[in-house]
Amino acid sequence: MILATTVHTAFGNIGHLLVIISFVASIVAAFAYGKAASTDNLSDNSWLKFGRYSFWIHGTAVLGTAVTLFLIIYNNYFEYHYAWSHASKDLPVHYMIACFWEGQEGSFLIWSVWNALLGFVLIKTNKKWEAPVMTVFAAVQAFLASMILGVVIGDFKLGSSPFLLLRDVVSDPVFLINPNFIPEDGTGLNPLLQNYWMVIHPPMTFLGFALTLIPFSFCIAGLWRRDFKDWIRPALPWTIFGGVILGTAIIMGAYWAYETLNFGGYWNWDPVENAVYIPWLILIASMHTMIIFKKNDTALKTSIVLVISTFILILYATFLTRSGILGDTSVHSFTDLGLSGQLLIYLFFFIIASIFIAARVWKELPTSEQEATAYSREFWIFIGALVLCLMSFQVLIPTSFPVINKIVELFGGYSSLAPPTNQVEFYSKWQVWFGIGIALLSGTGQFFFWKKMDKDKLKNAITFPILISLMLSALVFVLEDIYNPVYIVVLVAGMYSVVSNFKIMIDLVKSGSYKLTGGSIAHIGIAMMLVGIMFSEGYSQVISKNTTIISREFTEEQNSDNVVLFLNDPKPMAGYSLLYKSEGMKAEGIPGYVKKSHLDDTEDPHYKITRVNISSEGKQYAEAGDTLYFRVPENTYHEIEYTSLSSGKKFTLYPRIQQNENMGGRVQSPSIKKYWNRDVYTFVQLEADFDDEFTEWSEKEIIKVMPGERFFINDYVANFKGLERIPSVNFVDVGPNDAAVQANIEVLIEDNQKLLLEPKFVIKDNNLARPAELNQEIASRITLENINPEDGSVELGIETTQKDWIILQAIEKPQINILWIGTIIMIFGFIVATRRRYIEFMKMRDKGLA
Amino acid sequence: MKKSSIIGLVVIAIAVAIIISTSSSASSYANFDEAYALATKGSDESIHVVGELKKNALGEVVGLQPSQDMLSVEFVLVDENNKEQKVYLNQPMPTDLLKSDKVVVIGGYKSDRFVADKVLLKCPSKYEETSL
Repeated sequence: MILATTVHTAFGNIGHLLVIISFVASIVAAFAYGKAASTDNLSDNSWLKFGRYSFWIHGTAVLGTAVTLFLIIYNNYFEYHYAWSHASKDLPVHYMIACFWEGQEGSFLIWSVWNALLGFVLIKTNKKWEAPVMTVFAAVQAFLASMILGVVIGDFKLGSSPFLLLRDVVSDPVFLINPNFIPEDGTGLNPLLQNYWMVIHPPMTFLGFALTLIPFSFCIAGLWRRDFKDWIRPALPWTIFGGVILGTAIIMGAYWAYETLNFGGYWNWDPVENAVYIPWLILIASMHTMIIFKKNDTALKTSIVLVISTFILILYATFLTRSGILGDTSVHSFTDLGLSGQLLIYLFFFIIASIFIAARVWKELPTSEQEATAYSREFWIFIGALVLCLMSFQVLIPTSFPVINKIVELFGGYSSLAPPTNQVEFYSKWQVWFGIGIALLSGTGQFFFWKKMDKDKLKNAITFPILISLMLSALVFVLEDIYNPVYIVVLVAGMYSVVSNFKIMIDLVKSGSYKLTGGSIAHIGIAMMLVGIMFSEGYSQVISKNTTIISREFTEEQNSDNVVLFLNDPKPMAGYSLLYKSEGMKAEGIPGYVKKSHLDDTEDPHYKITRVNISSEGKQYAEAGDTLYFRVPENTYHEIEYTSLSSGKKFTLYPRIQQNENMGGRVQSPSIKKYWNRDVYTFVQLEADFDDEFTEWSEKEIIKVMPGERFFINDYVANFKGLERIPSVNFVDVGPNDAAVQANIEVLIEDNQKLLLEPKFVIKDNNLARPAELNQEIASRITLENINPEDGSVELGIETTQKDWIILQAIEKPQINILWIGTIIMIFGFIVATRRRYIEFMKMRDKGLA
Repeated sequence: MKKSSIIGLVVIAIAVAIIISTSSSASSYANFDEAYALATKGSDESIHVVGELKKNALGEVVGLQPSQDMLSVEFVLVDENNKEQKVYLNQPMPTDLLKSDKVVVIGGYKSDRFVADKVLLKCPSKYEETSL
């Protein structure tokens, strides 16, 4: 294990130095930009230049830090704690990227990288706003850099460095013997995160986080410089862009959960999900009030409050998810790196500073005396923004329970608030009505788009979409049998929003103003998402229901949602016949799955030896005796064939069970069959483990067989082919005075396939061993009891048990594709809107007005 | 009355409704005695009880029994007051139940039995390795 290699200390030193440089440079930049922003002497721009250089140095150092950390992971420098605890040799490059942000330090770093890059863009694209905006940027960057600074002064620890050597973190006697000890392999990326969405979802989320800093900085800059109105124009395109990035990131996380976790859906109202959903809603609300302001100079104060709240809520989300405070309420495990104090300071600094800056000038803020009329577009957008805020507030309260409990305790009280038992139902019952409100408002508000409205004009404009949407909804009721009154309202509201926004979009395109269609496109997307969520969640049904009585102990009637499938024993379920065919593993370079019962272990779990030839579609991929490589040996796939009872059509699903020590045990992941109008979602709740204590074996039956003789094992035809001397047992060579033989037995199983059993008889150091050969596929345990050299016969001990089984749950999710298509349409709409607002900003800037 | 005042009142009313609904739907952490007292009072509210699996002197889990068809499981949980209670869970045994050091059962008493609708397992986290 111990290799004589050098410890690459240079990387860590460079990385650590770069963190320090970035920290110091950000403070210098904040100071210099601050000086530049507070001087009114426009001819002297020396502070501005100094600030700019400092920020360039800061940003370059941040990028350098990230490159250094990535090289440590990429080169498998396991002498570093970060590489050792997050990476391993078996990872392909794209998952090495995921290792980068698996740890907290790396995720702070990626956040900081985005901020630095956005800072560069703002320096390039802004003139008069550069100094005050970049002051805020540099200050935020100083806080972020401090999170990974890793400076210890006495008992005080400032940040946690990702560049610590393993020997400095882990105390192990091996380092006393050899301080240069380097582990041969890392402990790896959590296999649950080895999924392409985990490569892209975290950086998207942090880009979203970083983008909320831009409107915040412009807002603070505007308040500080008493330039109360102009900050909105440059901030707006970035707000919209932040909205689409953060929104996409949330959906990506949801899609990962849908594909990987087994709670049967894409959204579980887990505090970790809520933590990002809350600021996203406020961000969208702020975007709308900023649009109102651009139109008629109202809603400035609301915009300021919402923009600041968005950023503060992002910091609050960071605090919630990284301080360990969610420990008892979230299924996600987060370790407390001892940074919660620092995170609290970070949070409070920005709360107090923003309140101070806003309060100082609050009275000077221009307000419009004129009340918005109910027939103006702005009035309805404003109501929409309020609904979004309430929607966010409703999620914020229960998500904050652990914080409330802590605060009450802090003041000597006792609070034991626990999250609502049925979280999904609790949140949904509120959120669905807010969603309906949003759909109705977004459908109606758009009609006030281009002209002054009054009662009659509104009636004219709105009648047609209402009629169409009612007709379409009625059609869907009949086709899909929707009776739940709430769902009917959702459907009508969603349909109305789609139809009316579609009409507006068509009108805009007709008049040639396709650049302005962003809003209506995004609203169509949102309304489709609402309808998609209503169908896929509201009408999600467990199709593996059966009426077997589980336990007479239960007082009330309880049906089971699960079905037990025995190997090769078909069972009908919800219009399908289900057949559990095999248990397989995914070998590198071989299509499909390799049956587990054909594989022999080696010392390394990543390598296994096949007992049979493996071929697929006429091509041979491996011969018996070949060693195969398994990149993720933790994964087992269950081959389940679905045959439609009506059409006879077949498809096969491969739900996965992952032996995952990081998560404390086995993790079940679904396999999903996608139809245009529904998903069939299947996962294995529990698989038989014949090694566990609950397996009941039959009494051992001893039979005597001759070479070539046929006999039965657990009703399968078996053939004793003969004895064979073997050179090693369990990777230990047989010594000169020892002996080891194995009996080669061929078993004929389903589909004309053959299975090899090799029970052994070992004499080692005058001790006799008869290790049992366990085969799960035929539910038997075979021992080679005795060998009779005179006639070549052997005595075999056979124990059998119940056939291999799995417990499976299947869920049908109707119309889930409407949700995903809606998401894509929404993203597209947002991008169109971002472009429009950015062009507006550029035009004004080039006129010297921004 | 100004329109903005009306809107303000409506917003406040909804916010208050949200807070009331949240506090009435909130569950609470309790021990078995408290949960039992609640059930005898006729409440069928769901309670979170935090406890550990019963272990013998050797540290082995005792009293854990999956049903014949493995579709449900019963086990003995010891709460913070050291009260032992049989818990029925109408789900296949969570695979990592035996390894967990803390178990949160969510459910309530149904005629002297604690029936859990859900369990949350707190496993010794190996997320951040501190030893080789």
